[in-house]
Parts: sequence; structure tokens; C-alpha cells
Amino acid sequence: MIPASFDYVRASSLDEALATLREHGEEAKVLAGGQSLLPLLRLRLAYPGTLVDLGRVEELRGVADRGDHVLIGAMTTHYEVVTSPVVREHCPLVALATATVADPAVRHRGTFGGSLAHADPAGDLPAVARALDMEFVARSPEGERVIPAADFFLDYLETALDPGEILTGVRVPKLGPGWGFHYEKFHRTAQAWAIVGVAAAVRRSGGAVEEARVALTNMGPVPVRAIGVEQAVRGADPGANGALRAAAERADEDTDPPSDLHARPDYRRHLARVLTRRALLAAAGAA
Amino acid sequence: MTEQLDAGVAAWQIKESDVLDGREVGRARRRKEDARLVTGRTQWTDNIQLPGMLHVAFLRSPMAHARITRVDTSVARTQPGVVAVFSGADFAAEQGSLPCVWPVSEDIVIPDHPPMAVTEVRYVGEAVACVVATDRYKAADALDAIEVDYEPLDAVTDMTSALDEGGPKVHEAGNKAFTWTFAQGDIEAAFRDAAVRVERTFVQQRLIPSAMEPRAVVAQTDGDAFTLHSSTQIPHILRVMLALTTGIPEHKLRVVAPDVGGGFGSKLQVTAEEVLCLLITRRLGRPVKWTESRSEGNLTVHHGRDQLQRISVAADADGRIRGVKVDLLADMGAYLMLVTPGVPLLGAFMYSGVYKMDAYDFTCTGVFTTKVPTDAYRGAGRPEATFAIERMVDELAAELGMDPIELRRRNWIRHGEFPYTTVCGLTYDSGNYEAATDRALALFGYDRLRAEQADRRAREDPVQLGIGVSTYTEMCGLAPSRVLGSLSYGAGGWEHASVRVLPTGKVEVVTGTSPHGQGHETAWSQIVADALGVPFEDVAVLHGDTSSSYKGMDTYGSRSLVVGGVAVVQACEKVKEKARQVAAHLMEASPDDIEFSRGEFRVRGTGTSRTIQEIALATFAAHDLPDGFEPRLDADATFDPDNFSFPHGTHLCAVEVDTETGATRIRSYVAVDDVGNVVNPLIVEGQVHGGIAQGIAQALFEEAVHDADGNLLTTTMADYLLPSAADLPAYTTDRTETPATTNPLGVKGVGEAGTIASTPAVVNAVVDALRPYGVRDVPMPCTPERVWRALGQARTPQRTDGGLS
Amino acid sequence: MPRISVTVDGIRYDEEVEPRLLLVHLLRDRLGKTGTPIGCDTSNCGACTVLLDGRSAKSCSILAVQADGCDIVTIEGLSTDGTWHPMQRAFHEEHALQCGYCTPGMILAAIDLLHDDPDPSEETIREGLEGNLCRCTGYCTIVRAVRRGAREMSRDQEGAATS
Repeated sequence: MIPASFDYVRASSLDEALATLREHGEEAKVLAGGQSLLPLLRLRLAYPGTLVDLGRVEELRGVADRGDHVLIGAMTTHYEVVTSPVVREHCPLVALATATVADPAVRHRGTFGGSLAHADPAGDLPAVARALDMEFVARSPEGERVIPAADFFLDYLETALDPGEILTGVRVPKLGPGWGFHYEKFHRTAQAWAIVGVAAAVRRSGGAVEEARVALTNMGPVPVRAIGVEQAVRGADPGANGALRAAAERADEDTDPPSDLHARPDYRRHLARVLTRRALLAAAGAA
Repeated sequence: MTEQLDAGVAAWQIKESDVLDGREVGRARRRKEDARLVTGRTQWTDNIQLPGMLHVAFLRSPMAHARITRVDTSVARTQPGVVAVFSGADFAAEQGSLPCVWPVSEDIVIPDHPPMAVTEVRYVGEAVACVVATDRYKAADALDAIEVDYEPLDAVTDMTSALDEGGPKVHEAGNKAFTWTFAQGDIEAAFRDAAVRVERTFVQQRLIPSAMEPRAVVAQTDGDAFTLHSSTQIPHILRVMLALTTGIPEHKLRVVAPDVGGGFGSKLQVTAEEVLCLLITRRLGRPVKWTESRSEGNLTVHHGRDQLQRISVAADADGRIRGVKVDLLADMGAYLMLVTPGVPLLGAFMYSGVYKMDAYDFTCTGVFTTKVPTDAYRGAGRPEATFAIERMVDELAAELGMDPIELRRRNWIRHGEFPYTTVCGLTYDSGNYEAATDRALALFGYDRLRAEQADRRAREDPVQLGIGVSTYTEMCGLAPSRVLGSLSYGAGGWEHASVRVLPTGKVEVVTGTSPHGQGHETAWSQIVADALGVPFEDVAVLHGDTSSSYKGMDTYGSRSLVVGGVAVVQACEKVKEKARQVAAHLMEASPDDIEFSRGEFRVRGTGTSRTIQEIALATFAAHDLPDGFEPRLDADATFDPDNFSFPHGTHLCAVEVDTETGATRIRSYVAVDDVGNVVNPLIVEGQVHGGIAQGIAQALFEEAVHDADGNLLTTTMADYLLPSAADLPAYTTDRTETPATTNPLGVKGVGEAGTIASTPAVVNAVVDALRPYGVRDVPMPCTPERVWRALGQARTPQRTDGGLS
Repeated sequence: MPRISVTVDGIRYDEEVEPRLLLVHLLRDRLGKTGTPIGCDTSNCGACTVLLDGRSAKSCSILAVQADGCDIVTIEGLSTDGTWHPMQRAFHEEHALQCGYCTPGMILAAIDLLHDDPDPSEETIREGLEGNLCRCTGYCTIVRAVRRGAREMSRDQEGAATS
């Protein structure tokens, strides 16, 4: 199918992009890699008046080691994220999950920031953002602000970004040594969206789990942090039979899983529990 | 790694250099077609650009069932680049009704099917108006400016309740299209006397055929004659049908199927868009093109399957099958299209499968619903029948506590019993079920896998192993015209070929088949090379254009080789006979003394000979020919077979089922098929592989889903899940070769066999894995959620809220 | 209308385009590069895959304006002086195509996946091609072809390095 008409502005700098967004107001939409937006335009599910293309805004692109965190520019492609030595060393969970996004050709064009700002609860990266407590750096003509992941995702396809505000990058805190990671994605075909996904990070001390971070993909309109699991798993011995199972049973607490073509809520709840156990085991290196 | 990949490599080595005693037939020739396909020098219909060409876009009904109360095209007409806007009323007087050529019963209801809806729409996606504009973007834009008012009517989405009295009707005449019955033997006695009776209900879910190339049509006229390019499997049938529908005389209409990107039955159709593009070009006098988008295609290309099968089997205590009873509901969708009602009949004769039995009883009711019509999809009727009987044999084996292979052995037609007339009245000409099964079991490592299964069961491994078998046969190679006539089909099943010998000895073959991926250019070249003794490279195959190939019945139902290939052989025989006359004359010998071998005519017992190329040149010159000899070697032939083709084989599938998540993974897949003699093993293997993939897809992945209002929910490839390379296993394939006795090539059809065989093998494996938990069936597609629910229901039998829809 | 400049299969084109023009329509309808087909509208099927600045991309999900300044290789630009690319030969040899509609995208996706792994395992190949759907082959022969193509490409490179 064919997109409806729109105006197009290719920004050469962030300031120009911000100015253009302000000028065009609500009618304007930011174009990052376009891998989610283009299908929506083609199916005429989106009718933006103006697209502001960030594709040539070099300052939004790249991965930087900033000491206690890694800064991933919003326009860094999935492929660049997956192959970045800095990401692989300091935030392997990001690399693991990003490698499961769509397919290779889409990962060449799709961007880290675009994917997160799209805020599709079936997307793989929002749960990782929650699990790792990423921070979202947003710019508007008024200046810069930093939004914690917990406050970023408001609803289905809706974020805390104001109209006229652009996500410039994401800070991924380095968790330090001793952590293991896993992203468990459950989908029906390789390129299908996740029915449920579990992002898990586990730090062990003397065998037992000292600390865990768990977040869920597609278990509600926004990614969910599985707090109950994180509390229950503390002190558990991953090697012991059933030790993680009990904690994982709490995975679907406070979730609101959708009912759609691919699964109904009770099945998603069940999957969340099973997959959380598996993700914890894998992250703990005990799978 | 190497080991892993080798599992997927054919058990026989496919080398082009393996020359078989100088013969081409049987050789793994690389395809002639590939040169243009791997370099992008293709001619898909959408590639065609003509001077002054306009683009058509269709406005489609957003409602499953509604009365059209107003269509206002006035604003759309004023949009930039718009040349014309039409609604159904504009075409009402000339558009006719889309044809259904298979009125299966005397009292069948064949509703009027206007290509563009005029007063009422009956499925989401039905065309209600169209824009003709200078480019495809402008055409799409102007659709938004057309206003249509609908008065909603009740959707009819469920076949069973559609038959209830007093419910909403799809058509005035009611929701029943026909009931067709067939019975042989004493079914009452068979069931009454049987020790075991098993009854099951299976759902053949609706499928979207999903050829990779979306449909496209280009229509043009010079003011007198018309040319229609279409992404179709059936240029010849289309020409006749379009002539009858539009009133354009047949001799003024040329239909061309250029490169066609797959069909699988979905392009065995006379479509609304083909008719309408012709009407539009007739009105405007300018060439027009319409190209479908995928989401438009999911709504409007006919769907496949969609049957509800109630089947029961009666057997003796030792497993001998006594009889089979089938009661079928088949969803026609909103209208009867080209062969919609005939699809279940193509399965009606296959519910006895490879088995002997005393009695058979079949009833099928065609039901209208407010969904896009169903029609042929790879296998058309036979996958449904084969699935049902092969699933039932496994169920019966479970009931009897018998190995499913042993039960099959007890019941199947033994090699020595061919030709065998089945309970359904078909005469299977040849087969060797024992050989194919033994070979498959050996390749599969059946006993080892059963041991692993037992071990996993004993350990209560959360990942269970299931083993599924399918010993299938099918009827294909459509078909004997007389039989088709007896089933009320509107046409014959012959095929035509002509062979032209050019002055330099090169050969042109004109075939009535219409390939769209099957490799006829290559396979026909091999056949001709052997028949006339000319080099493979010296043969060109022309097809798919009614101006060059004026006569044909096209490609579907695994018919091309077994009917069309045989026509090529027969035409070659005639060419050879003519050449023999010329050779005898030139060498001053009697035609009876001329031997022909590998392109050479030789006077028996002498060293005197002439090559076929020399004969060709001499015939062209025509200086010295026998008295009264017409100066040409060209010949044609029309072949009408006496019988169907009955390929068979044994497919074995091992599936791992994660009982925690319900996820399935195919561990290994072995297929040993018997398609008789093989012209090109590479092409045969390709057909088998692709067929297996589509059969697995029905078993595990694909389903067209509608909501209660009749909206299709799986409109895109993001929702209708086609498996990718990452979702499918490697296949181990091998062949046994039991030549067909009903055609001179000894060949059997192969296009649909893999699809027919594989679906029950996979589902049998999934159910086999779960049988210890009490699971007796998992509805298709066996998604993880369905597997999980089946387990949940089996573990807690009192629960009824699983709601497996 | 924005003015763009793209190089397609070695030839530079300067074009004025509507912002909404899809790259694949620029290729097919404006430049006559019909070797690149369209199979869906949700970027699932991969039939329209091209190499954009050397890496695989789905030309149905890119605006022509986004490709301004880019170098694009389509299936039509793979042969050099009439000699097929090793991957084209491999697809032919292994019978990795039937109707051929997915083939351009499949070949370009296959070439792309060898950038990251010149000697891929069967699993790597299957996952690397997850964004390209084929309805005819069942994929086994495609996997074989990619392995053959990879072998021949590395042999060609070794040959080039030693000569």
C-alpha cells in the first residue's frame, strides 16, 4: 500500500529538528529509522502532516562509554548496538535483546531510540530499559531533561516525551561485575513479535542470588518490572531444585496482559511464570 | 554442522553430471528458467509499463455484510490525476457474474456474483468502487474521497449456526449451497459388526495461500481486440471465462501469464479485478494496471481449506478397518467461485487413503458465510481427506494399543494387489507402500526414536517427544475428462502440446500448461531431447500466452507432467513418424526399415543414416520429399488420460513438545515419496520440500482468523504467520519408483503430495507426544497456546472453559 | 519536491521525488529497476531487499528521500560483465528457487549475512534469512545455496589475495 502525502524536513542538526517540530506542532512526527513508522504509513494507520527526519543528525548516533553508564545515541541502529564492543562489554543484556529485534535488514535501519520511543509493549527493548533502569535523555528548545525508565512508558505506544521533545539518547547504567543476563523471548515464528518476553539480570554471591532485576515484555500496555520476583528470588540458590520456581511464580503479579490474536491473558500469565524461571536460571548461569 | 546439514540433503546425490546412459529424462538438469530469475530480468505483471497507462485502485467494503445505500464518487472525480471513478452501478449492465464451473449437484445454489458489488456486500474486502488515475499514488489517494453509505446486515461467520433455521442469511436462498453424498458398501453393517468405533471432529482451519507475488492485472485494447496480462495459473481457462463473462469475443481476447510468482491454487481463479480491468480499458480506451497489496490480497484472494470434518472409523479387534463415515461442512464463503464447490469433492474419494475397507459413506454440505470465498489451495480437498484418515488411523491405533505403523500394514493395499479398485471406486494403478515405508523407517531411525520417547516419558521430561506417521496417497493429474464430466465439472481435463521443428533442427515446444515456478521449460526440454534425440539446449518451451499457445488447460492439480508432459511425448512421436518418412525417402529405403535412435534415422543393417537436423533442413527446403508429403515435421497432440495419477509415500516426523510452554519443535522429518518415474530429481525434490513446508505451516503456524463481525484479523504478514527458514527443519527425502502404468512416461504428479502428506504426520507427532497426558487431539494450527490448553483440559477433564476456537 | 541523488547499480540518478515515495517505487516505477519486487506492506517478506550502502535493507520500508546520497545495489547490479555473482550461481546450482519472486531479496540477504560470518552454520543461515519469506522451496535448498555461495566467495577472495 501507499502512504498518504506529508511534508518532509531533513534535519541536519538537533536544534534544527527541534525548531521544525515546534514550528509544525502536533501535526509533525519524528522519523528515526522508519522501520515501525513506514508500515504504519503504508497501511494508512498514521497520517502525519510533516515528518522530521533525524537520519542525518550525526550527534544522535553512536555509543559512548561515560564511566558509570553507557550512552547510546537515539539514532544508533540496532545493528550498531548489537556489534558495539562497549555495549557487549558493559550492557550485554541490551545486546542480547536487541539481537532478537525483527530481522537483520530491519536491524540495519531501525534505531535504538526509535524503537524505545515507539513504546510498543510487544517490542523487546522497553522491558530491558525497565530491567536496567535506563535513563532517557530528552531535549526540547527549553533544554534537556532526564526521564527514568519507570516514568517513561505511559501507555500503549505512549511515552512521557512531550510533543516537540526529542529523545536524544539513553543512558544504560553499568551494573558492575558479577551480573549475568538473559533475554527470553517467546514467539511463534522467528520474525513475529514476542507473545511474552523476559529480561533478567542476576547477581550471585557465594552461589545464592544476591540481587535480581526482571522485567516483562507484552504483559500489559507498558513494560512491567516484576518486583515480586525480584524480592522473592533474593537469597535463592539457583542450583537447588525448585528454588527459582517459587520466585518465578510471582512473575505475573500486577500485570495486565493483553488478549489478542496471538495469545489470551491466562496463557500469557502462565508463560510469564515459566519464562521468568528460565530467564533467571539462564542469567544465573544455572540453566 | 556438516552432519546437521546433511540430514537435510537428499539421500540420493543430485549431480547434473550424472548422465544416465545418454538420456535426459532422470537427469538433475539445472533449470533454464533460473537465468532471468536470479538476475532480476523478470517479467512480473507489475513490471509492465505501457504508454498512457492508468492505474486502478479499488475501494473495498469495510463490512462483512451490508446493503449499499449510497455511493458518491463526485468528490473523488475532482482529485488530481483522477481520470475516472466507477461504482458497481456503473458496471451493472455489463459486468456479468463471476463464473462457477463446478455445479456439484442438481439443486446447488449458485448466487449471482457481480465483480463489483452493486446493492449488497457479503464479505470484508469486496470491491464497491474504483479509481482510475495517472499513477498508483494518486489512485490510492482518491479512494479516501469516495463516500459509501452502508446499512449493516448480520454477519454469518460460523458454519454450524449458519444452517440453523431462521438465522441471518448470506443470500436470499439461504445458507446451504448444496449437499453431496456418496456411499459404497454396507456402512450400517460395517459399523454394527465392528469391535471398535472411533469418532472425531477435526477442524481444517481457513488458510491464506500467500503466493509471494501479489496479484496484478494489465489490460489494454487497440479499439478492436484486447490483451490482458495477469498473474494467473490459468491463461487459457481465463480467456474462455472472460469472453463468456464480458461478451468480448474469444478471438478478440488474448490472455498472457508472464512470469508468475507462485500460485498454489490461489491464481486458479477468474477474479473480479481481471473482469473489471477489462471493462475499464474498454470504456476508457487506455491501458490500465492494477497491482494488489499484500493486505488487500489477504482480504480478497480466495482462501483455502475451512472444513469441519466429523469422521468415524469402524474396525475389528485385530485392527482391520471395516468402514469409514464422513460428514463434512465446507465453508464456501460468500460466493461460489471457479471451483469452490468442487474442492471437497476432490477429497471425497480419498478418505479411504491407502487402506482396504468394506464400506464408505460421505456427506458434504457446502455452507455460505460472509467471508471471502474459499477455493483451491495446494491439494484442494485431498489434504483434508488425508489428514482425517491418517489422524484416525493413529487414533484407532491408540484405541487398540497397537503401533500405528503396524496397524497401517494390516490395512493397506499390498504391492501384489495393484491395480486395486478402492472402496471409493478409484483404481490405483500402482504402488508399493511397503517399500516406501521400510525406506522411511530406516532413514528415520524409528526404533531409536521410540526408545528415546519411552525414556522421556519414564523420566517425565518436560520436553516430550512425539512420532507421527502419514502413509498417504492422493489422486491428482486432473484429469480424465469423462470422470470430470461425471462429477459435473464444466470442462475437460486434457492437455495440449505442439512441437515445431525449425529449419536448423532446433525445436520449439508450445505447451498448454502454464508454469509459475514448476520448471516446465526445463523438464519439457528433457522430455523432448530424449524423444527427438536433440540436445537439451536446442529446445525452447513457449507457454502462458494464448496467442502462441492457443489451446490448453493450464497448471493445477499436479497435472502438468502427467497430462501435459504426456501430450509433449505424443506430439514428439508424430514428429518422429513424419521425419521417418522423409528419412526413408532420402535414403531410398522403406520406412519400415528405418531405425531411430538418439536423433539419428538409420537404414537397418547399413551404415546409411540421417540426423534429425538434416531431415529438418531437407523438409524446410522441400526440394525432395515423398509424394504428397506436407512439407513440415511439426505436430501437435491433445492427451486425455484414462485415469488419475496416484502418487504415494510415507512421511515420518519427530516433534519435541515443551509441555510447560506448549512450544513445538520438529526434530527430524523424513519423506519417502513414490511419484513414479522422475524426469528431473532436482525439481521433484524441490516440489516435495515446498509441499512439506506448506503442510507443516498448516499444522503449526497458519490460520486466517475472523472476529464475530466477520472482520479478517490476519490481514498482514505480521499477523498471518508464514514460516521462515528459521522456523522450519531440514528434511530428509528419498524416493521409491513404482512407475505409473497409465501413461507412457510412467510418471505421477508431485506438486501437492508433500502438502497432503505432511500435515497429518506433524499433528500425529504432536498428539503422540501428549498422549500419556490424556490428550487425544490438538486443533490446527497446533500453536503453543493450543497445546498448552489441550494439556490443561486433559489434566482437568471437568474443565470446559478452554474455549479452543 | 525534494531533490535526491542516488547511485543504483553503479549509475547515478538525480530525481525529484514526493517525500512519501517509497524507495522500491523509485527503483521500479521511475528507474525501471524492476528486478526488485514487492511482496508485502509490513516489511515481513523481504522480497524487496537491496543493499543500501553495502548492507541489506527493505526498500519498501524506506522513503526515497531517506536514501538520498546512498549507494544501492539491486539484484540487477550483482553480475559483473555478464558473469554471475557466486551467490547467483549457487542459487541456480542448488535449485534454491522455484517461482523466483523471493529470489532477489533472498540472494541479497544471503550476501549480507556473509559480511558478519563468512562461513555460517546452518543455524546462522536460517536465522540470518528470517526476514525473507519463500513459499516455494521449503528453504533447504536455499540453505545449501548459501553455504555453497559462501564457499565460492571465500575461494574467490583467497584466489584474489594470492594472485
